[in-house]
Amino acid sequence: MVRNSKSSAIKLRGIVKRFGSITAVDGLDLDVPYGTCVGLLGPNGAGKSTTMKALTAQVITDKGKIEVLGYKLPEDSKQARAEMGVVPQLDNLDTSLTVEQNLLVFSYLYRVPASQRKAAINRALKIANLTARRHSKVDKLSGGMRRRLLIVRALLHEPRLVLLDEPTVGLDPQVRQELWALIDRLRSEGVSILMSTHYIEEAERLCDSVTIMSHGKAVAIGSPKELIRKHAGTEAIEVYGAPARLTEVEAAARKRGWSTRRTGTSISILHSKGKVAFEGESRATNLEDVFVLLTGEEIS
Amino acid sequence: MAAKQRLGRLEPSALLAVLVREVVNFSSFWRSSTFSSTVDPTIYLLAFGFGFGSLVSQVAGYNYIEFIGTGIVATTVMFAGVFPAMYSVFVKYQFQHTYDAILAAPVDTEELVTGEAIWIATRVGIYGCVPVLVAMIFGLDPSWGMLLIPLIAWLAGSGWAAFGIFIAGRAKTIESFAYWQSALLTPLFLVAGTFFPLDQLPTWAQVLGNLNPLFHCVELVRHAVFGFRGWVDLGHLAFLIVFAFISWRLAIRYMERKLIL
Repeated sequence: MVRNSKSSAIKLRGIVKRFGSITAVDGLDLDVPYGTCVGLLGPNGAGKSTTMKALTAQVITDKGKIEVLGYKLPEDSKQARAEMGVVPQLDNLDTSLTVEQNLLVFSYLYRVPASQRKAAINRALKIANLTARRHSKVDKLSGGMRRRLLIVRALLHEPRLVLLDEPTVGLDPQVRQELWALIDRLRSEGVSILMSTHYIEEAERLCDSVTIMSHGKAVAIGSPKELIRKHAGTEAIEVYGAPARLTEVEAAARKRGWSTRRTGTSISILHSKGKVAFEGESRATNLEDVFVLLTGEEIS
Repeated sequence: MAAKQRLGRLEPSALLAVLVREVVNFSSFWRSSTFSSTVDPTIYLLAFGFGFGSLVSQVAGYNYIEFIGTGIVATTVMFAGVFPAMYSVFVKYQFQHTYDAILAAPVDTEELVTGEAIWIATRVGIYGCVPVLVAMIFGLDPSWGMLLIPLIAWLAGSGWAAFGIFIAGRAKTIESFAYWQSALLTPLFLVAGTFFPLDQLPTWAQVLGNLNPLFHCVELVRHAVFGFRGWVDLGHLAFLIVFAFISWRLAIRYMERKLIL
């Protein structure tokens, strides 16, 4: 394979995208090595969706270099799109068509050769566990079924790279786990995956590497474990109490140079290195700690 | 370094894919679409044909039912072209996000717009024949030139479809269609030589009428049925081709602005 980037399915260097006075993506670098699953994590408005759209040339960046499967974007984006599958955040299935008709349309859009069309559709139905529902209209399906269909619709042409934009947003925990199994299966088959999400657990379970975005920039890159160790330490002390007490604890902990974050009804103290200064419960740190520490507590 | 494959513009496989999507979808709403596109012109034909036709028997040298029957072909082409294009394109990008999915596949905006216009034009090519068939029931004599009506309707229909996509590409809300409809489409509909000949109008209105694509479609259809008039009809044909081409390019430009950020 003669390709510019031998090791990366996606390579972004310094991409910038402005919408009027708003800078949605502000000098982002990102790599998705072949055969890995990379998570793009960040709060709403961090620039995840803009980044995802730049990879299909539906957003044209103002600055920076984009390479997808060795093709330079935006010039060669069509070829890149022919070799990847995209699962959008918004369900845009044709609701008045049947499951099978939706797949048929996309087998044409993704240029599956006529001789393989039937097999490709059957395979997709099987992966999505929708074979028995092939003749059902989409508006008769449950939310989980629709999302499975949305995912396999992007797999008809057996792409080497799959983009998943918030694949489980707004779904029940059971449905979410079902989709994780589906995504994990793709990963085990060697498909390269870039997934944007704001569900921490999703990234922790599925991703080999995570890029945390905030205000259009990458603020941390690494495997979930590395990021947790580096930014949140090994242990968190969670202190419960009345709001006034929490404010007091927060101030005291910060005085000692420890990081804190509010976790709703409690306050978590990080980096205290086992020195117990407050009465609280010890727990293992997680990616959510890293996420909140790096992207800030305020909801924008 | 091996030369990389680069996909071109307006590829048949991309156009085919857009058409397949439309055809498969059409299977779920063809009844309502065909109903309105065929019953509407029939009602016009009957209302004007019998209403006016009882007052005036001859217009511009034609029997009134013949005059109006051929004229309504052109208005059917306009309405069946421009309105479905406006509404379906707007709904598909704004509410159904269909185009997001299509453009994430190897299809460009140019192919998307072209495929949509081809499909609507094809439907219009068929619907455009209905008024002639109805007029034949009421005494219009068949002629060989009538066989060209689907082609004329297809050409004019592609122009109107592209024009409708252009309107949808410019629109921020679906309500703004009302301005286009009242300020442009309705006057175009009336001042086109469909219901009354343009040469009765003041000169300025005749000049405007000559800029109306619908007028050229009316004339071409009428002459196809009753006999072509050489250069004059080539002029009408040329006008329709230019109209379709400009509308097509405008539709692509404005849809690109809308879809590619």
